[in-house]
Amino acid sequence: MELFFNPFDNLVCILLGISFTVWFTLLLVFIIVPAIFGVSFGIRRLYMKTLLKIFEWATLRIERGAKEKNHLLYKPYSNAIIAREPTSLEEEIKEIRRSGSNKDLDAAPEFEMSDIFYFARRGVESIMDDEVTKRFSAEELESWNLLTRSNYNFHYISLRLTVLWGLGLLIRYGFLLPLRVTLAFTGVGLLVFLTSVVGLLPNGSENKPKNGGICVANHTSPIDVIILASDGCYAMVGQIHGGLMGVIQRSMVKACPHVWFERSEVKDRHLVAKRLSDHVEDKSKLPILIFPEGTCINNTSVMMFKKGSFEIGATVYPVAIKYDPRFGDAFWNSSKFGMVNYLLRMMSSWAIVCSVWYLPPMSREEGEDAVQFANRVKAAIARQGGLVDLLWDGGLKRGKVKDTFKEEQQKLYSKMLVGTQEDRSRS
Amino acid sequence: MGSRASTLLREEEIEEIKKETGFSHSQITRLYSRFTSLDKGENGTLSREDFQRIPELAINPLGDRIINAFFPEGEDQVNFRGFMRTLAHFRPIEDNEKSKNPTASEPLNSRTNKLLFAFRLYDLDRDDKISRDELLQVLRMMVGVNISDEQLGSIADRTIQEADTNGDNSISFNEFIKVLEKVDVEQKMSIRFLH
Repeated sequence: MELFFNPFDNLVCILLGISFTVWFTLLLVFIIVPAIFGVSFGIRRLYMKTLLKIFEWATLRIERGAKEKNHLLYKPYSNAIIAREPTSLEEEIKEIRRSGSNKDLDAAPEFEMSDIFYFARRGVESIMDDEVTKRFSAEELESWNLLTRSNYNFHYISLRLTVLWGLGLLIRYGFLLPLRVTLAFTGVGLLVFLTSVVGLLPNGSENKPKNGGICVANHTSPIDVIILASDGCYAMVGQIHGGLMGVIQRSMVKACPHVWFERSEVKDRHLVAKRLSDHVEDKSKLPILIFPEGTCINNTSVMMFKKGSFEIGATVYPVAIKYDPRFGDAFWNSSKFGMVNYLLRMMSSWAIVCSVWYLPPMSREEGEDAVQFANRVKAAIARQGGLVDLLWDGGLKRGKVKDTFKEEQQKLYSKMLVGTQEDRSRS
Repeated sequence: MGSRASTLLREEEIEEIKKETGFSHSQITRLYSRFTSLDKGENGTLSREDFQRIPELAINPLGDRIINAFFPEGEDQVNFRGFMRTLAHFRPIEDNEKSKNPTASEPLNSRTNKLLFAFRLYDLDRDDKISRDELLQVLRMMVGVNISDEQLGSIADRTIQEADTNGDNSISFNEFIKVLEKVDVEQKMSIRFLH
């Protein structure tokens, strides 16, 4: 028995040994060493081009298949379903009243039963389609990119497509995933963990943040940090995490000063502001990197910026980050997926492609308060990145909306009812 | 593969909903996508909390009344059919529908049914009458704390006085229709689809 297995064992060992050596040499030669020296082989560009061609072909096949079977394609609902006119409460209610008014125009009515139409329609419009809830889940794609985040259209359309999908699965899990996992382990040891960050395209490098400034960017995932950090050194500000993130955070602090908070401490705004301004005043310290949205958004919009970082008075360097959704979805839905699940998905996607724009620095102008300043910066980032500029709070991902907004609506409506009474009593 | 719903809509279901509500195929699939994204529990039905999670609806002063319109008497869950049936009230009225088969039952988005939807927003206890109390409560929802009880009371009194024709101090559905006969209900209670 032993004699029989030994040579076989040896063979297996030798084969394993050889494959490991080959694997690591390839890794070193093609990825790690060039990355250290900033040299590129152009493999990535070729890879991206091939992927795009395949996706186009797949989409065409789906469309053709659907036509053959006479199905209509499901369109992703993230595009607007309904037409919403941005008319104000006053205008619309006045219009409704005007159309139904059989009274004299000077005897202006205080209240009409038709006023309710406005609220009813607005309410149902928001049920059909609203601007906020769709920002907290992954963006749906028009075309299919052979990943799990595909739309409804893929049923069994053709053998070729299924084979392709299977092949894609094999490549992603059999090749790309182990590749990235090995890289990750090597990387984490060096305190840098990469996924296949393909195609980093920074623009406006002359506007890179300098010491004593604050860098603000829109937030989609923890990868934002990696991307910015690979292009410059920053001091981070953020919530202390447990687990893997916590380990990384604590080790980072040993290298250079960062500002990690406990969320309960964040409630004490003065403490936060003081720590930030102390850091900023020290010109030898690195620029601070802050994500004022406070949570990850799905990269189709920019939500309300919390005003804390804009109150300090330092120069703000806005950065816009936009991921190309065709290759992989970078959005971390932290209420649905944990970190490990997220990393797994990241590492088995085709690629992460993102564009980074460094915008010219901005400072608070005379007569502008922190909130207006924050909105100005947010508008600049949204414009550059092609994202929708929203006033809603990213905190709505987890919490309920404040009652003050409803009270505003009620106040507006009350003015319509009572305002006319005052006019009447005057005349 | 499906990132959202675990079940897709079957063709027969889509046809049935089309017949009942008048929505087109693509509108139905889009709204189904919307339904499943609101359905956090992924059990094929929506609860009141699912609706309240929509910020724009939560800040609507009549948000709770509108949510209530989706749930039949005594029930806490609404499925996709019920969802579409209620939304159908807001479908615009197309001209070619008016000339269709006059013996067919009234479509969900007719003028009368739109008015009925609005009437039910006022009629809190579903007894087919809007009493003074009910009107006051709804008014209070719309104005919040900004108007005094007396003022609100006089507004309610005046409204009932103008609408009430049979002297029972409440507004019936027919009286409601009469008061609003000149209002362009078709346009004001309709939502235009982009596709």
